Amino acid sequence: MTLLAVSELTKSFGERRLLSIDQLTLTAGKSYVLTGENGSGKSTLLRIVAGIETPDSGVGHYRGQRFDWKPYPDWLRREVIYVHQHPYLFHTSVADNIAYGLRARRVDLRQREGMVAAAVAWARLEHLLATPPQKLSGGERQRVALARAWVLAPKVLLLDEPTANLDAESRQQTIALLRAFCTPQSTTVVACHDRDVIALPEMQPLHLAGGQIRPTIAAPADAADREPNAALKRPVDVT
Amino acid sequence: MPPLTLVDATHAALRLLLSGDPDLWGIVGVSLSVTLRAMLIAMPLGVGAGYLLATLRFPGRRVVVVVVQGLLASPTVVVGLLLYLLLSRQGVFGQLQLLFSQTAMVIGQVLIALPVLIAFSLSAIQGADPRARETAVALGAAAPRVAWTMLVEVRFALMAAVCNAFGRVVSEIGCSLMVGGNIAGVTRNIPTAIALETSKGDFAQGIALGIVLMVVALGINSAFAFFQGESRR
Repeated sequence: MTLLAVSELTKSFGERRLLSIDQLTLTAGKSYVLTGENGSGKSTLLRIVAGIETPDSGVGHYRGQRFDWKPYPDWLRREVIYVHQHPYLFHTSVADNIAYGLRARRVDLRQREGMVAAAVAWARLEHLLATPPQKLSGGERQRVALARAWVLAPKVLLLDEPTANLDAESRQQTIALLRAFCTPQSTTVVACHDRDVIALPEMQPLHLAGGQIRPTIAAPADAADREPNAALKRPVDVT
Repeated sequence: MPPLTLVDATHAALRLLLSGDPDLWGIVGVSLSVTLRAMLIAMPLGVGAGYLLATLRFPGRRVVVVVVQGLLASPTVVVGLLLYLLLSRQGVFGQLQLLFSQTAMVIGQVLIALPVLIAFSLSAIQGADPRARETAVALGAAAPRVAWTMLVEVRFALMAAVCNAFGRVVSEIGCSLMVGGNIAGVTRNIPTAIALETSKGDFAQGIALGIVLMVVALGINSAFAFFQGESRR
């Protein structure tokens, strides 16, 4: 079933036409990897779909219902979550960061505490709860941001280069969490260059070039043939 | 009588302070009461206006920003003059009979504090990491929660704005003198009393009040520096 469809979407910056997408369709429960050169508009596309940026024109449908880009509907904001390449953590605590979206949804305190505890366990953040968010490493921040998104059980999750600039171990942990997100309950789009992510069997390829979506692209030969990353075999706790 | 030396005057000032002189501490009370009331009114207005200026785009916004920044340098005596004209018997608000009252002083200090609070808040919000707002929005926060989150994220810059505004109004004399009238026990605050006592040659009380003013200003700024340091540990 088509969950989210975007058509005739354009976005320019000054004279430069960055995006000119005829049709982009995301099917419920599928996971996509969005590839493209640097500056091809991957981040901008995700940000538009998440309602953080506004396109110049375009038609959007969610579960068959048409929506406006400006103002982006509140009901859709609760279904779609975007995670930055370098996630921003509020200057509060790790637990408060994870609880942020739950508070915005007015989840009551008791239920919220249980959900935050589950998210902390899911992303294995127990040992970081007392650490100020600003003291966390890049990989730890990424895991907090993923837990903050996971706890909201988004129908559409948009991840912008989640494994970029991470050391090997953090990258493996992030990929493991990423795979745990790829369930039939959630549609995930991951913009990235990471060949291990591109080669994940559950990922459907989307390629952005010349401002347009091309549905398929041959995966890099070495990635396709490569033994899947050891981290991918690691069991992931999903509570 | 031989003239008092600075050391003698300071000794006398300390004796006045420590003896709990009711006139002197009454003046301190007026100063703190007026300034704290003014800050309580000005803070939400100034920070709110700064936030809206930083986040809304509307025709003439640039002009408003330039005017606010220009008002940072407005002489307090000019604010006092304008307020005097508005509150005097022939003025637009003359029938309110507020001239030479603490309320008039509070209004004057609110007007003096507002440009400082608006300009510094505007700068703080504009200087915040844009991902902070985007993250709040992406996680489903409605506009009031996004605003609150942004203010909390830049809280130390806002505290600096509040300290700056407090320092400006607690020490201003021009407006307080003009719209307060320096009435003993009613509108005589620390700066107007210092000016009066010095002009009368009573340096002891002037120095004593000056010490209190310095302690208050240093105390506020030290507390700010302490909290800022704690947050960066």
